[in-house]
Amino acid sequence: MIQISGLKKQFGKLEVLKGIDLTLNTGNVTAIVGHNGSGKTTLIKAILGLVGADSGKIFVNDTRVNGDVRYKAEIGYMPQIARFPENLTVAEIITLIKDLREEESATDDFLYDAFDLAKEADKPLRTLSGGTRQKVSAVIAFLFQPKILILDEPTAGLDPLSSSILQDKILEERRNGKTIILTSHIMSEIEALADELVYLQDGEIFYNGHLKSMLRNTGEKKLERAIARLIEGAAA
Amino acid sequence: MKALRKIIKYELQNILRSKWILIYTLFFFLLTDSLFRFGGSSGKVVLSLMNVILLIIPLVSVVFGVMYLYNSREYIELMLSQPLKRRTLFLGLYIGLTLPLTLGFLIGSGLPFLVHGVDIVAHQAIVFMLLLSGIFLTIIFVALAFLISTVHEDRVKGLGTAIISWLLFAIIYDGLILMITYMFIDYPLEKPVIALTLLNPIDLARILIMLKLDIAALMGYTGAVFEKFFAGSLGLFISFLSLILWSTLPIWIGSRMFERKDF
Repeated sequence: MIQISGLKKQFGKLEVLKGIDLTLNTGNVTAIVGHNGSGKTTLIKAILGLVGADSGKIFVNDTRVNGDVRYKAEIGYMPQIARFPENLTVAEIITLIKDLREEESATDDFLYDAFDLAKEADKPLRTLSGGTRQKVSAVIAFLFQPKILILDEPTAGLDPLSSSILQDKILEERRNGKTIILTSHIMSEIEALADELVYLQDGEIFYNGHLKSMLRNTGEKKLERAIARLIEGAAA
Repeated sequence: MKALRKIIKYELQNILRSKWILIYTLFFFLLTDSLFRFGGSSGKVVLSLMNVILLIIPLVSVVFGVMYLYNSREYIELMLSQPLKRRTLFLGLYIGLTLPLTLGFLIGSGLPFLVHGVDIVAHQAIVFMLLLSGIFLTIIFVALAFLISTVHEDRVKGLGTAIISWLLFAIIYDGLILMITYMFIDYPLEKPVIALTLLNPIDLARILIMLKLDIAALMGYTGAVFEKFFAGSLGLFISFLSLILWSTLPIWIGSRMFERKDF
């Protein structure tokens, strides 16, 4: 579970997050959506401790995010852009992360096998296509069976088959009781995966609630339309 | 410490396979080897090599360091999302880059001396000082690069600052000292000039090598004052202290800033 209260962040004069209060529950997939620059990535990075908050608190499974890095052992993160040291191989970057984490628990190699990465294991990472690097990134995020998964545009750049493998894996982890945060620009993907929807606009939470009830309330079948309705409703 | 060792290990694997490090090593090898073939005596080789080293090592270290850190941005984010202390990662990346650059220079420049031999025993100290200066300059300018790219979010600004700081230390600084000396020609300037020299690692390295070359006499009265200061044990101690401060301060400040940086 992740609890965020009064989270504010400013870059220079630009207020990126203007006081976010949010609770993300275990066993749920929460989709964070919003137009470019609405603060999605900054919010995710604040949870990961990559961005320091100006004010407000973040608790990850009851541990306060402020300097101590141990809570990160419970998080699997898949960044928006996957770039690795150029001359290391696929096998080496995975070993590196395993080496660093030193966890006793068995690793989850499902995605590694499903994406057939053994074929690419000895290739330097610089020679891989964007999609393949994205697969490596997904494997790393799911590797340690973390309690929390943070996935920033996980299927961007993946071919349809790999994309559906990853989506099935996300749903399986939800059933296993993981807390999952997801950002995506593909609305159909959010409809297929998410339970909760957080809509960010200019650094504030514009909507936070069940995805299904939102669709029901707005009377729309498509998420794009429903969100458009919400915005229209607020403007009117 | 264990985590630091692991980061360094994989850094080394990554960088030692890069073609740039091979080119860097080959450059020094071919340069030193051809200086031997054309120039002859090891004393002359050291003098010519010194002039190249004092320019090239700072330039390559600072530019390569800056670009390396900017290009590692996504990798740094991935590493920082692991249970890994920021300082450990920063130092790991720093050592992981400094070691191969140092090795490249040492092998490239040192091997020809082994192959061709050093003419007289007295020259061994000069060669040693030359190699030591090269190591110091690598450590110092990679540290500066890491500081610069931690300060500047924008890579164009970072690269610009790197090149300007190289120009400053390698070229402009001497011009400024010369100007000051000329402007205040009626005053005894030896001590202020020595102090100014201590502030520039490239000048320091040059003086330490030149004093071993025993050509300080060519520098006239100032040269004598310099020799008196830098060849004495106190002067030598202060020079090395200054080099050590240059090697540690930027990376220490950089690491403090890296700990608070937003990614």
